[in-house]
Amino acid sequence: MNNQVSAEPLNYLNHKTGLWSWLTATDHKRIGLLYLYAISTFFLTAAVLGLLMKIEKSSIGPTIMTAQTYNALFTLHGIIMIFIVVIPGLAAVFGNICLPIMIGAKDVAFPKLNLFSFYVYITGACLGLYSQFANGHSPDAGWTFYVPYSAEVNSNIILALLAAFTLGFASILTGLNFIVTIHRMRAPGMTWFRMPLFPWSLYATAWIQLLATPVVGITLLMVVAERTLHVGFFDPKLGGDPVLYQHLFWIYSHPAVYVMILPAMGVVTEIFPTFSQKPVFGYLPIVFSSLAIALVGYFVWGHHMFTSGMSYESRWFFSFITFLVAIPSAIKVFNWLSTMYGGSVDLQPPLLYAISFIFLFTIGGFTGLTLGAVATDIQVHNTDFVVAHFHYIIFGGMGFGFFAAMHYWYPKIYGRMYHIKWAKIAWGFLFTGFNVLYFPMFIMGIQGMPRRYYDYDPKFQLGQTISSVGAVIMFIGLIAMIVNLVYHVRRGAKAPANPWHGVTLEWQIPSPPPHENFDEIPVITREPYVFDNPYTKEK
Amino acid sequence: MTTMFSGASNLAAGVDRAFIFIFAISFIFTIGIVVAMIYILIRFSRKRNKNPQQFSGNVPLEIIWTVVPLILVLFMFYYGWVAFAPMRKVPKNSMEVKVIGRMWSWSFDYGNGKISPDLVLPLDKNVKLNLFSEDVNHGFFVPAFRVKEDVIPGYKNYMWFQPIAKGSYDIYCTEYCGLAHSSMLAKVVVVDSLEFKTWLADLKVVSNDHPGMAVLKANACITCHSLDGTKVIGPSFKGLFGAKRNVLTDQGEKEVVADADYIKRSILDPNAEVVKGYNKGLMQSYKDVLKAEDIDKIVDYFKKSSEQK
Repeated sequence: MNNQVSAEPLNYLNHKTGLWSWLTATDHKRIGLLYLYAISTFFLTAAVLGLLMKIEKSSIGPTIMTAQTYNALFTLHGIIMIFIVVIPGLAAVFGNICLPIMIGAKDVAFPKLNLFSFYVYITGACLGLYSQFANGHSPDAGWTFYVPYSAEVNSNIILALLAAFTLGFASILTGLNFIVTIHRMRAPGMTWFRMPLFPWSLYATAWIQLLATPVVGITLLMVVAERTLHVGFFDPKLGGDPVLYQHLFWIYSHPAVYVMILPAMGVVTEIFPTFSQKPVFGYLPIVFSSLAIALVGYFVWGHHMFTSGMSYESRWFFSFITFLVAIPSAIKVFNWLSTMYGGSVDLQPPLLYAISFIFLFTIGGFTGLTLGAVATDIQVHNTDFVVAHFHYIIFGGMGFGFFAAMHYWYPKIYGRMYHIKWAKIAWGFLFTGFNVLYFPMFIMGIQGMPRRYYDYDPKFQLGQTISSVGAVIMFIGLIAMIVNLVYHVRRGAKAPANPWHGVTLEWQIPSPPPHENFDEIPVITREPYVFDNPYTKEK
Repeated sequence: MTTMFSGASNLAAGVDRAFIFIFAISFIFTIGIVVAMIYILIRFSRKRNKNPQQFSGNVPLEIIWTVVPLILVLFMFYYGWVAFAPMRKVPKNSMEVKVIGRMWSWSFDYGNGKISPDLVLPLDKNVKLNLFSEDVNHGFFVPAFRVKEDVIPGYKNYMWFQPIAKGSYDIYCTEYCGLAHSSMLAKVVVVDSLEFKTWLADLKVVSNDHPGMAVLKANACITCHSLDGTKVIGPSFKGLFGAKRNVLTDQGEKEVVADADYIKRSILDPNAEVVKGYNKGLMQSYKDVLKAEDIDKIVDYFKKSSEQK
């Protein structure tokens, strides 16, 4: 393009050029970027669908669409967001970009498998969208595809499950790749407990991906057997059990919630020490709480089904286990706050997103306790309260974690810096809009406003309208953030190797990193978060 | 009275106690965390503190913030469980009503021949609802009573409660069931036991409606088929009888006249001939739902209403 480019030192972005070099890239950072662009596209699409739903709900009766369209929108919004954006999200993008560098490796253990996983992911994503429109149907079964409704009105349930499994398979491969990478490729001297905490969270996540996803495959086989051989598993007309489907669905989909939140926790755990210039408080408790979440998270799926007609014993048992899984999350929150306590705290955009994560995740977590207690869950189950709760966790947690990661590693990834003030203003809109959008839904949910309702009782008018206004504010923030980030990829000021004065390995190499990260593999001699001479220190 | 938060069943008080306990603790902790966070951001801001301390853990603190939340959540679990346990223990003397959920209406069968589109109940009497679905999953939810249970085909789900305040309360369907999910509404009407007895014993349909219209109303046909020509989920009933209709069959498109025979076919086998512009598969057959004489009444109603014009 111009002389400047050739003058730049070789890095992973410019060591090869052309579309083909990207589509066949095996460099973990390039694959991470491929995921980033694919996932951002899907995210933006589904976010627009969400905005349209909120506009529809701003007033009673038909506003801009029919009930059929509304049902199609929440189905697509859910499928895209959950299966295509948030479950792979952080691990696929920032796991790929950062994991090998943070443990001092040149790449993941199986770079070609890594590229293959990306194409499996893309195939699954396309199949997921195709499943919703195939055979002339319009999507309307919701993202959970509960039988018998999903089987009666839309024969594409096999395709939809196949898509979920294909996407899950990409997760399995990525998970396997990460597990092997972490076991075998840590730099010399990097013992398990000298490993930074983002890789630790990816490790816990990878095991969930590996062990939970096959359940989708089993469900798929059962649905295929039912449709083709008429073996009654789920369909009451064949003597099957519709609730069995719900069990299988949540045995996978609940651990999947932890697949998305654990890496986000890992991201903010990196951000707090850097912007406080202070070691992580409670390294070991944070490690073990991640592992505990991964383990206990398998046994709480029944809390999605407290009103399904499950036995009395299963209802209180699942409630009990659900309360136990709250503890490791609480431990993390206290450790994050203590990490900042006594530090020299610099409120840069990544930290803004990270503290928003704490705030939103705390509200999401506590409202999760309301949902974990059987009696209160019975009142708010399948109401707007649940919708608000999981948006606080998924969007406020994983989403804000993702934005935090984006703002934190952006200078490393592109070697450029975004506009700091602009980023803070965009954050202001996003954060305000988020709360105005979702908080009223808690109140409406307690009052009885059911979810997935195209229309509503006049008593919910005020709350619905406020919520819709919030959606617009949030969307403005989202666009401002994206414009800032995209615009400065080429035009931003040159970023130094270590703009935030971080101490983990990714900050010790140039920005953007060279193709194979390290000229010489570093030797690790101490804990990951040691700030022996914080740069802020007065000399 | 149907104020939003007032509980109108015997179970509401326990549920509300659990809500208040969990919300109170959540509120205190959330405020605590936010205040601590703001304090840290100000007190240890880079402007004020250039010399970060370098401590990295404290075992007693870790133990405290593991054990204290553990105890608190176990209390939350306990309150949630204690309020839930009685919901599953149906008193022996309960009056039973069969709740029938279908896409997209409710009806309530009192077992004496009385079938009502709204749930009328006597005050201060235990009632057990047997939840029955004719098609897909539904959810039976009465916010004012703090009760909810899914209505699942093939399942014998149930709930019980005792209404403790007279009034009219909303019933919502809370398990997504398709196009008109948000219109699958009804009311619980709680009345004096005397009033209830009179109501229950009165098997005549008190209305000035044509008998066919009464059948259409009782089966919520008019939720999807409007009377005034508006396009809802299915074609409108307005000017139906004798009109020409373009329908799609397995053999392709054809024109039919909406005569008595067509109307019967449409009730018994709704997906064989679907009016152009409407979707197949949304209406189930009413073969086992409507009696032959009720169908005749419907046909007669359409006939009469076309003659009036």
